[in-house]
Amino acid sequence: MALPLKSTLFLLFLILVSNIFAPIISFGSSIDQEREEFYEELLLRPLPDRKVLAHFHFQSTAPPSNSNGRHHHLFPKAISQLVQKFQIKEMELSFTQGRWNYEKWGGFDPISSNNAKPPGVELWAVFDVPQDQVDASWRNLTHTLSGLFCASINFLESSTMYSAPQWSFRPATGNIRYGMLPREAVCTENLTPWLKLLPCRDKAGISALMDRPSIYRSFYHSQRLHLISNKSGPEGMNPGIVLEQVLTVVLQPNSQRTGMTFSGEKNVQPSWSLSSIFGRKVSGKCVLAKSSNVYLQLERALVAKLKKNKNKGADNIASEGFWSETGFELSVRPDRVFEEENNSHRKDSSVLFEFSVDKYSDSQPFDLGLTWKFPVIWSCKPAPLHASRFLMGSGNERGAIAILLKSADLHDASLGTCSSSDGYKFRVDVFQVVPWYVKVYYHTLQLYVNGQPKAVGDVIEKIHVSPSKDKISPGVMEMVLQFPCDVKSAVLTLEFDKGFLHIDEYPPDANQGFDIPSAAISFPNFYTSLFFPGNGSVDKSPVLMKFQEKNPVLSYTEVLLVPLTTPDFSMPYNVITITCTVFALYFGSLLNVLRRRVNEEERLLKSKAGKTTRLSRLLSKLSAKLRRKPQETPETPSNSSSFISSKLLLKIFLVAVLAVAWQYYFE
Amino acid sequence: METKEENEQLNKTRGGFWTWVMASVIFRLILIYFPQNLNLSSRPEVSTPLTSLRRLAEGYWLKQASMSPYAGSMYHGSPLLLSVLGPLTVKSIEGQPDHVLCSVLFVIADIMSALLIRATGWKLQMAYKKSLEALGIINRLVTSGDIAALVYLWNPFTIVACVGLSTSPIENLFIILTLYGACTRLVPLAAFGWVMATHLSLYPAILIIPVILLLGYGPDAPPRKLFLQKGYCKTGDKNSSHVHCAQEEMINRSKEQIIFSRRPVVLFFFWATLWSIYVLVLCSISVKQYSSLWEMFQRTYGFILTVEDMSPNMGVLWYFFAEVFDFFRNFFLIVFHVNILFMVLPLAIRLNHRPCFLAFVYIAISSMLKSYPSVGDSALYLGLLVLFLDELADMQFSFFIFCGYVGISLLSPVMHNLWIWRGTGNANFYFATAIAYACLQIILVVESVGAMLNHDRKLRKLSVANLQDDES
Repeated sequence: MALPLKSTLFLLFLILVSNIFAPIISFGSSIDQEREEFYEELLLRPLPDRKVLAHFHFQSTAPPSNSNGRHHHLFPKAISQLVQKFQIKEMELSFTQGRWNYEKWGGFDPISSNNAKPPGVELWAVFDVPQDQVDASWRNLTHTLSGLFCASINFLESSTMYSAPQWSFRPATGNIRYGMLPREAVCTENLTPWLKLLPCRDKAGISALMDRPSIYRSFYHSQRLHLISNKSGPEGMNPGIVLEQVLTVVLQPNSQRTGMTFSGEKNVQPSWSLSSIFGRKVSGKCVLAKSSNVYLQLERALVAKLKKNKNKGADNIASEGFWSETGFELSVRPDRVFEEENNSHRKDSSVLFEFSVDKYSDSQPFDLGLTWKFPVIWSCKPAPLHASRFLMGSGNERGAIAILLKSADLHDASLGTCSSSDGYKFRVDVFQVVPWYVKVYYHTLQLYVNGQPKAVGDVIEKIHVSPSKDKISPGVMEMVLQFPCDVKSAVLTLEFDKGFLHIDEYPPDANQGFDIPSAAISFPNFYTSLFFPGNGSVDKSPVLMKFQEKNPVLSYTEVLLVPLTTPDFSMPYNVITITCTVFALYFGSLLNVLRRRVNEEERLLKSKAGKTTRLSRLLSKLSAKLRRKPQETPETPSNSSSFISSKLLLKIFLVAVLAVAWQYYFE
Repeated sequence: METKEENEQLNKTRGGFWTWVMASVIFRLILIYFPQNLNLSSRPEVSTPLTSLRRLAEGYWLKQASMSPYAGSMYHGSPLLLSVLGPLTVKSIEGQPDHVLCSVLFVIADIMSALLIRATGWKLQMAYKKSLEALGIINRLVTSGDIAALVYLWNPFTIVACVGLSTSPIENLFIILTLYGACTRLVPLAAFGWVMATHLSLYPAILIIPVILLLGYGPDAPPRKLFLQKGYCKTGDKNSSHVHCAQEEMINRSKEQIIFSRRPVVLFFFWATLWSIYVLVLCSISVKQYSSLWEMFQRTYGFILTVEDMSPNMGVLWYFFAEVFDFFRNFFLIVFHVNILFMVLPLAIRLNHRPCFLAFVYIAISSMLKSYPSVGDSALYLGLLVLFLDELADMQFSFFIFCGYVGISLLSPVMHNLWIWRGTGNANFYFATAIAYACLQIILVVESVGAMLNHDRKLRKLSVANLQDDES
């Protein structure tokens, strides 16, 4: 009987304790749950050139609060400390390998416009500090990020590497600094710290898909970290931060059926599944995530093509059975289907399938597969003008940069929107940073519209140039161009001289050349936004929210590789010695010529002095000169030596005095 | 009879001179109308960062875009040059080459320089003839003024610098103007030339010593000791002499040669301060809007003194400073610039009786050791060298030096092409030609100074012989 009693007492105690503490625990946890949120999402999209785009989107939010002190429930502490210390308003850091193919993978949707980044590292940050402290904050920030992400972001510290765009890069931002490292090699040591910022890392949830070999085998991958802090609360509170971590990968699914395909089925898109492209499956959600969804997006053009294939009139696309008949099959039944609501493109709109990962577990992992039945050919919607940039000229002395804007396709309705939206002009913003060793002559700016040379004033509405200073700052060029709507191609050329650097300034592989960072070209008249109605307003997914934002279309040009001449790196000693020899030759020979008279006169005197008395006269003269005595004694050398030594002493004394004066003066 | 013949000959040579001048102008115009300017304007030998017209155009563009012309690291010249040449770079006449107005300006500057050289040569020759007569040495002199002017005009270096759109013809014009003004004792002109030349390229500042000597003692003459000797000898045999007045006159004249007249020198300083204030005021007006005078000094003189731009040129400093270790940089900067100043005083002491020649030596030295030398500088001192044709008649190695100049001016573009354009050579190839060029210039300077001193020795011997003749 003693045992049950004891156990009941113990139970009672437990209940009591739990009753006392439960509200506190639940209260605390409820606050944290309420305030700090984490979403994980993955968007998949088949691309026209037999590839698959995977777009991971993780979002953590920390609302403004002071109750937590420095502690966070979900939000990465490193990031919040960063924001607090450097007073960052907004920041974006991206690591990219490969180049986004604007022609094939599209240039007019939110993903290509917001997430396609130039190769290497791109970092920009807006600070909330006084104007004179911005540079110092930037320098500290680069060092911190470089430590955080194991990358050489600290090279952005030097003033030759970053710039302060005024209006073309991001409108209406004050203390912005922008830097790019086009040659940064991105690898797994950058991804691991990035994953560490996620609450579940890559152990659970969607991020478990991130198999390193398959990501780094991809054609393009870009990991991005974007944070916005807003100080909406009162002073002294921690700012609210929204941290977006995005990884965009373009993968080539290996089609296992290659052996079996018939020659006629060459155009059949490769079928893929999550396990075939990533080599892993999703085994349930990350328990800390508020929502965990996978989306499959079919583009407008693809949907239109599928509809055509179906030959059944306009059906409700969202209805079930539509996709099973139209040419592809999904291995998992979608939880929801959205159709894009679009004003300008009424005919076709993109379709989104939503899959919730909540209900899957280790025993029953989530593995979305897509199997194509019929060949489909479609193309993504490109940016209004396709921008590319190239170098002209040969040799290592000078050259020219050309930016070519080519109208993508004329049958498209983009030109119609151009005329309707903003008069009859078509606006293009160009933002270009050029390192100082590429010395651009801005007065040589030339413009050709549709092959015809145009006066600069006709096309350029606004231009801001801050020319490069040697070893101090890079050259920045911001331009607003206004083209007529029927523009087919436009070329912009700038001539430059290649600089010559000190041997210490060359990188280890100097003959590889130097990179000119990408230019950013945006089209402010065109906005990217995809709106999917029917999505519940309460739990709006962050990806879809992002899609809804009205952002101008932005595309980056290629990175240019400029070969620079190199001096001979093995020569410093030779050059120093040879040059100094030449200078010594000059100095010595000229001085010799100038003082030759003395010898000659002496010789003359000697010859004049006759032969018999020459020696005695000379001796007397010498002694008289040395001792100022008309005496002729054989002891002259000793005497003279004493005299010389006294003179020498005087000299030494003078030098010493000089040295003391020098020392005194410099103290 | 004799004088008539001489006059005829003179007229003939004058006619010849003018035809040659016209021919050189026409030749230049033909070259200007070649397409692309024969790519001369981009040659490193022709346009240095200081003299390139392309950089000037960039500076003008920046100024027009309401920025400081010194905003980038492009323009390093004077703001006055910018306001004169800037508008000309933008204007282009239909159907004419782009920079035709600037080119025409440079041609005019060249012609003016040549004429000033000629006038200086005449002046020098007259004075020299007089002083030789005073010493009793009869010497038939060549008309070195005309020859020097023609050599200056037809020197390929001058032509290339003029056609290749570098501003060095204008800098040269001001240097020659200084010498001309000092020779003809036009003190305000000399001061103006000196102030402008210093303002444009800094190095002519050392010409103040020859100018002071020129104004104080008059143009080049044999060593003053000879006149004194002559005078004393004449006074020594007073007892046996007959005519007193002539001797007195002689003594006075020799004394006149020796006494340093302070008045023009003081005047020169006065005018120089006046002109420099004027130039500074003009500069500050033209830069006031977007920058400051301090920035101007930093960007022009600072750029010259701290050899910032390391693009290849004819000198040796670019490669040196591209290769030298950073912690030695300041030391070598001081050493190289002091090297120019170091020789100023010894040369001034040794050659104080020949201020024009002294000016030539200074110009040659500074164009050899300056941070961004170009062929325009060489053209100037080669033109001035010919002014001393009589004195330097027995200079050694003259043929060797001539061949060297020809060889270097042919080899240097080849090496540059191999290194920069073809990528088959390397920097050492081009640097080797630069070293050879520096050595050649050193030999030229040393030999010419040596020849001049030998000439003085010869004169002394002659005058001593004359005296002994007189005595005996």
